[in-house]
Amino acid sequence: MITNLATSKATTEKPRKEFFSQVKKQKELVLISLPFFVYFFIFNYMPLWGLTMAFQNYKPQLSFFEQEWVGFKHFQNLFTDPDFYRVMRNTLAMSIINLVLGFVTAIGFALLLNELTQEFYGFKRVVQTISYMPHFLSWIIVCGLVSNILAMDDGILNEILMALGLIKEKIHFMGKPEYFWWIVGFTNVWKSMGWNSIIYLAAITSIDPALYEAAAIDGYGRFGRMWHITLPGIKSTIVVLLIMNAGWILNAGFEIQYILGTNGLVLDVSETIDIFVLKRGFGRTSGFAFGTAAGMFKTVVSAVILVLCNKIAGWVGEERLV
Amino acid sequence: MRKSASDRVIDSIIVFFMLIVIVVMLYPLWNTLIVSFNDARDSIKGGLYLWPREWTLFNYQSVFKTEKVFNAFLISVARTVITTVLNVFFSGLLAYVLSHKDFVFRRFLTIFMVMTMYINAGLIPQYFLYRSLGLIDSFWVYVLPALVGAFNVIVIRTYINSLPASLTESAKIDGASEMKIYFNIIIPMCLPVLATVALWVAVGSWNSWFDSFIFAPKQELSTLQYEMMKILSSSMQQGVRQPDYLQQSQQQRSMVTPNSLRAAMTMVATVPILIVYPFLQKYFVTVNIGSVKE
Repeated sequence: MITNLATSKATTEKPRKEFFSQVKKQKELVLISLPFFVYFFIFNYMPLWGLTMAFQNYKPQLSFFEQEWVGFKHFQNLFTDPDFYRVMRNTLAMSIINLVLGFVTAIGFALLLNELTQEFYGFKRVVQTISYMPHFLSWIIVCGLVSNILAMDDGILNEILMALGLIKEKIHFMGKPEYFWWIVGFTNVWKSMGWNSIIYLAAITSIDPALYEAAAIDGYGRFGRMWHITLPGIKSTIVVLLIMNAGWILNAGFEIQYILGTNGLVLDVSETIDIFVLKRGFGRTSGFAFGTAAGMFKTVVSAVILVLCNKIAGWVGEERLV
Repeated sequence: MRKSASDRVIDSIIVFFMLIVIVVMLYPLWNTLIVSFNDARDSIKGGLYLWPREWTLFNYQSVFKTEKVFNAFLISVARTVITTVLNVFFSGLLAYVLSHKDFVFRRFLTIFMVMTMYINAGLIPQYFLYRSLGLIDSFWVYVLPALVGAFNVIVIRTYINSLPASLTESAKIDGASEMKIYFNIIIPMCLPVLATVALWVAVGSWNSWFDSFIFAPKQELSTLQYEMMKILSSSMQQGVRQPDYLQQSQQQRSMVTPNSLRAAMTMVATVPILIVYPFLQKYFVTVNIGSVKE
């Protein structure tokens, strides 16, 4: 099921003469692929040149050769900036909450869906289709929905909690810093639980049905089978996904924090590293260089974590991938 | 296998739980739907939960009659259609090229392309690149950066490789050019995966607001999502100016409020996607599994 990427070693080791005759023979393919090289080069590789800004006292009106080089000054400023530690804390906290909540709910949802047997087939399909729906909504729309649901006056959550007598007065969810990370976490669950369950459901279908029969004969109940057969059956998928998602730990999201943070009441806990880059980079004059440095820090650290995680996922997943 | 009584109980519990999931998933949108069909002045009173009290189409009329909002809608449609057509075409073409196992640059081009998924110079270098290309405050900043997507190429290539090779062989023997094979054989054979990728690209383009915000902030190029963003932030924060069409409508004591207008815009922005995605559902697995191995 899993396809291997960029593993065509076969065609590389060939004599030079053969190479040119190949190129000639495949003239048309070469011609078609040329614009793609150029395209990727311009849009994906050329901006890397802009990273030099991080080491300059960059002034937009000067040419490259007139810029003043300042070495690691911006990075030093970055590491001594108290805001930097604040946004790093927020980024990591929200990442971890998203990771844990996201995994637990998606796996749990997949396990329960799987328990709906043949006789519930139609119902199961309907649940699945509906659960994918939020994945397709934009963050603007989702944030609008969240702020409606959590509103002080007239928000349905406050109404329900009041009606049930769980709270005595309405809660200003969007204005209290202590709720913010969890609002982001549960919004992410709402948006992607169904979507993320797809892969677990696919993994569950590849479990040998004979195992369930054997477990049933051994006297395991529904939950026993879920715990002892289904969960171990998708364990390697879970582990690989978990490791790979951990690689994105510095990507806690940007849009939801930016949009829900616009009320200004929770900025202390809402701003992530991406928002920091945006605000510093474009917000102040001469912020370009500092913003680039902050962005570069994030990219480099992310790349290292990502490569590590991919390596680990490769080792762990090997038995499954072969 | 006959079900025992305890199995029945467990089934009922799961079904009940799933019903709750359905309600939680649907209710927020349902609430927006009824607000969008309810008279705006009446909505302010609150208490709208299940059904509109005073039906009206006025909110939708406002979306299409307010010039700036309607223009933003047109820009959204234009960018989505153009980006989707071009991206699917070019991603498919590159996928077809890379599906040739004996292609001399296959390995190099694949790595060159896959690298673009991981390297990212960051927002500011990107901004300067677009500025030097003259894309800032231009419509094409919505389209050109998304002409081809590495991940889409991989998904389509995997699909092409799963097709029987005999499909293209006879055409090659007949001397058909690669472009002709792509148009006449590959595109028709790959319609399911191309449709899935198209959904992808379309949703991404339709839903984005950040590129308007940073790269094309001028009003004529604003998109539906970006207008919603402006209305949402003005209603969330004191001191952020409302878009001028809202101020005008309030001075004229017209019947539209930020919330009601946004509700109607939300439905306009959502319904097209909601109609399409269930039809492509069975292909989501492919894309999802592909993303693990990305």
